[in-house]
Amino acid sequence: MDPVLVEWVLYAIVLLPLIAALIAGIGGPWIGRVGAHRVTIGGVGLATVLSFWVLYAQVWGGAAPLDITVYTWATVGNLSFEIGFLVDRLTAVMMATVTFVALMVHIYTIGYMHDDPGYQRFFSYIALFTFAMLMLVMANNLLQLFFAWEAVGLVSYLLIGFWYTRESAIFANLKAFLVNRVGDLGLLLGIAVLASAFGTLHYGELFAAVAEAPDQTLNLFGAAEWSLITVACVLIFIGCMGKSAQVPLHVWLPDSMEGPTPISALIHAATMVTAGIFLVARLSPLFELSTVALTVVLVVGALTAFFMGLIGLVQNDIKRVVAYSTLSQLGYMVAALGVSAYAAGVYHLFTHAFFKALLFLAAGSVIIALHHEQDMRKMGGLAKYLPITYITMLIGTLALIGFPGFSGFFSKEAVIAAVGYSAGGWATFAYWLLVLGVFVTALYSFRLLFMVFHGEERMDAHAREHLHESPRVVTIPLLLLAVPSVLIGLLTFGPMVIGDFFKVDGSIQVLATEHGLAYLAAGYTGVLGFIGHAFATPVPYLAFAGFLTAWLLYIKRPEWRPRVVAPLAPLQRLLEHKYGFDWLYVQGAAGGGRALARGLTLVGERWIIDGALVNGSARLIGRAAAGVRQLQTGYLYHYAFIMVIGVLLLITLFVVRTVLA
Amino acid sequence: MEQVIFYLFAGVLLFAATMVISVRNPVYAALFLVLAFFNAAVLWVLVGAEFLGLALIVVYVGAVMVLFLFVLMMLDVNTAAMREGFTRYLPVGVVVAGLMLLQLIVVILSEQVDLIGGLIPEPSAEVDNVHAIGQVLYTAYVYPFEIAAVILLLAIVAAISLTMRRQRPNTQRQDVPKQLSVTKEQRLRLVQIDKKNRRHTSDT
Amino acid sequence: MIELSNFLVLGALLFCLGVAGIFINRKNVILLLMCIELILLAVNINFIGFSAYLDDIAGQIFVFFILTVAAAEVAIGLAIVVVLFRSRGDINVAALDTMRG
Repeated sequence: MDPVLVEWVLYAIVLLPLIAALIAGIGGPWIGRVGAHRVTIGGVGLATVLSFWVLYAQVWGGAAPLDITVYTWATVGNLSFEIGFLVDRLTAVMMATVTFVALMVHIYTIGYMHDDPGYQRFFSYIALFTFAMLMLVMANNLLQLFFAWEAVGLVSYLLIGFWYTRESAIFANLKAFLVNRVGDLGLLLGIAVLASAFGTLHYGELFAAVAEAPDQTLNLFGAAEWSLITVACVLIFIGCMGKSAQVPLHVWLPDSMEGPTPISALIHAATMVTAGIFLVARLSPLFELSTVALTVVLVVGALTAFFMGLIGLVQNDIKRVVAYSTLSQLGYMVAALGVSAYAAGVYHLFTHAFFKALLFLAAGSVIIALHHEQDMRKMGGLAKYLPITYITMLIGTLALIGFPGFSGFFSKEAVIAAVGYSAGGWATFAYWLLVLGVFVTALYSFRLLFMVFHGEERMDAHAREHLHESPRVVTIPLLLLAVPSVLIGLLTFGPMVIGDFFKVDGSIQVLATEHGLAYLAAGYTGVLGFIGHAFATPVPYLAFAGFLTAWLLYIKRPEWRPRVVAPLAPLQRLLEHKYGFDWLYVQGAAGGGRALARGLTLVGERWIIDGALVNGSARLIGRAAAGVRQLQTGYLYHYAFIMVIGVLLLITLFVVRTVLA
Repeated sequence: MEQVIFYLFAGVLLFAATMVISVRNPVYAALFLVLAFFNAAVLWVLVGAEFLGLALIVVYVGAVMVLFLFVLMMLDVNTAAMREGFTRYLPVGVVVAGLMLLQLIVVILSEQVDLIGGLIPEPSAEVDNVHAIGQVLYTAYVYPFEIAAVILLLAIVAAISLTMRRQRPNTQRQDVPKQLSVTKEQRLRLVQIDKKNRRHTSDT
Repeated sequence: MIELSNFLVLGALLFCLGVAGIFINRKNVILLLMCIELILLAVNINFIGFSAYLDDIAGQIFVFFILTVAAAEVAIGLAIVVVLFRSRGDINVAALDTMRG
């Protein structure tokens, strides 16, 4: 393949969405609503086509990974800040996923936002997001990644607060921004540790340097020596925790549902939140060197997977249920990374992007049909009004819970199996959390499905009259996303997870040979065999049990519900309070910060700066002046006296110092 | 002989100066100042500075003191009010002046300065003082000299512009803008002469 | 032959008389001006004395300039007094306190 052509293609992929975003954002009033969506869909669509071409070239075309530096921004000492692209299979998969989902969301947005006054602005933002996300996955160095990381964070902030007149939206976007700052600080520190230790930010050079000297230590907090790699990896993982919403930095993601639904699908489910997973996978050569960091990753992921799923059980907002489901699934991905099963984690990311986008967009379709009603208690029996939405949502749900044969089945099964095969106490602990998480996933997923599409019709009469299937711009993306949600696992599981898809070109490196995926691969006999093998584990049964529980409690015997819930009341309260994280952060972190600021305002600002320094110095000068101005009588002869006395003093000085001395 | 003359005129000079600062009537003070200048001029001439001595008499006695007297007489000054606080400030003035004098004399008579016994030489008969001053004034000091001339001019202009009254009625004065903006019609009158009647057709 | 110190002591005495005059005649501007003339005269006497003692004509040139400047000063000072009298009908310095801040 001609490398010049590839460079040109890469520029086009990155810049087309940016240009489209600028046109739609700046020229919005002139090009109009139709112009805005044509420009952005055109830009993103072209980027999608090119991304798929890149994917094709990488996977089937046999192209070597491409690592080019486009521009050197600055050189400080021997550390140079560059802009460049690294395209290997991992990047190509991410690019294809990002652009495809983004394109679907763009199309869907036409329908979802069609009566919103901020139409052009919205398109500008999502195209800008596409640009930033592509920069993130295509970066060949940590600085560019960090830039893109912040850029997606910024767009996320803008989009959560898209309806900026809503107080809750502003609260949510501020919350997302602040929580992400905590994570980003970790990421920045991690990058700084690496840059200072190895003098490079470029992935390839960095990995080479680290491989040469993996045992460096770092003195933190006095004389204690810490493994430099562990410190760097944990710090970087803190960044991932912020962006990928892992416990305890997950609090912003449910609130981000204040944004428009297409955004929830694109940014807060399919792409941006997976940036953390991508980053860990990209930095796999580093994480591989630190068992401690991997264990942290594993435990955080497993905790997130199980406990965030539990919260999903008590939510009544349709989007929030899906949001907690996203948190839970992100936990699965992270847990997979924690046992070196990067391929499984990235694969779950890949399949999850499709079915979670599908679920969100389907939820959005429901919301449109009910005129922006999101409370599931006011839904029910919608299946006959919204057949396409129902079918696609069912597909998404089946994929999510891991129904055998659907894409989610393969990826989740791979994750659980990889964790299960891994040795060590933490891995066992994580394994059981993940397995139980399957039950929880099935329970909340079908709870949602049953509450929304089955049973009693609880919406008011006015809403019922206007119920109709969503327009084609909404349903077509749903159908297009449903196809990969079903099929992609069957088609790609073997090569991507079991095979050496990511290892061939070194995009993911795994040091240990005795890891979970290796065991999995050893016993792999094909897709059908894998499905059969799965039934030897508790996973499918637990999923079925979850479905059955939901069916019993929400369809068959709703009257049992109070009796089941009553003994669990304390747990329910705990879940409804989201384990108190929000309370802790709002009261503790935000409240503490505000109290500190208030204290500083009072003491530092009012007393010291205003009181002592500003007003104090003014008062001092004022008082001194009031005293001194008594000297200024205005009488000429007083000035003359003072002059004469001054002369006398000068003469005295002269006499004393020279003559009498 | 010279010492006698010096002490005599110096004594009169000090007496006159004392009277200047102590008499009630400012006119007397001015006249005593004239006396003081005369005596100082004599002392200057005594040590050979004839030109400055004469200049002192001409400039100060002839011009400056006349100006003083003129102003004093022109202004109707309430002298009684001016004497107010005379005795009150006398001790302060005496103490300050005394201290200053003490220190000056300490300096003059101190050993470091080493002026005791220094005699002022007799003015030589060959060197003409006026000639000597002219010699340097128009050569080495020509620029300061010119600057001094400008300062005097400035003083003249300043004094006149300060004291010149404006807008006094019934006085003739130039109005330059008016002169400059004059037109032909204001100055020139064409007179048509009727040849037949030999009569002026003036419109008075 | 006159001793230089005689001249200098005379100058010092005259100077101190002028200073004392400023103190005791503090109300009358014209007398203040006269006292300044006395002080300048004292300075001039010193210059003349040194000039004669050192046989250096430069001292006399200085006196010349001092006379010039003093004359200008008196002219302007008296002009100010006249203006002052015209505007206030009085030249009492004690009444002049408009410079007070």
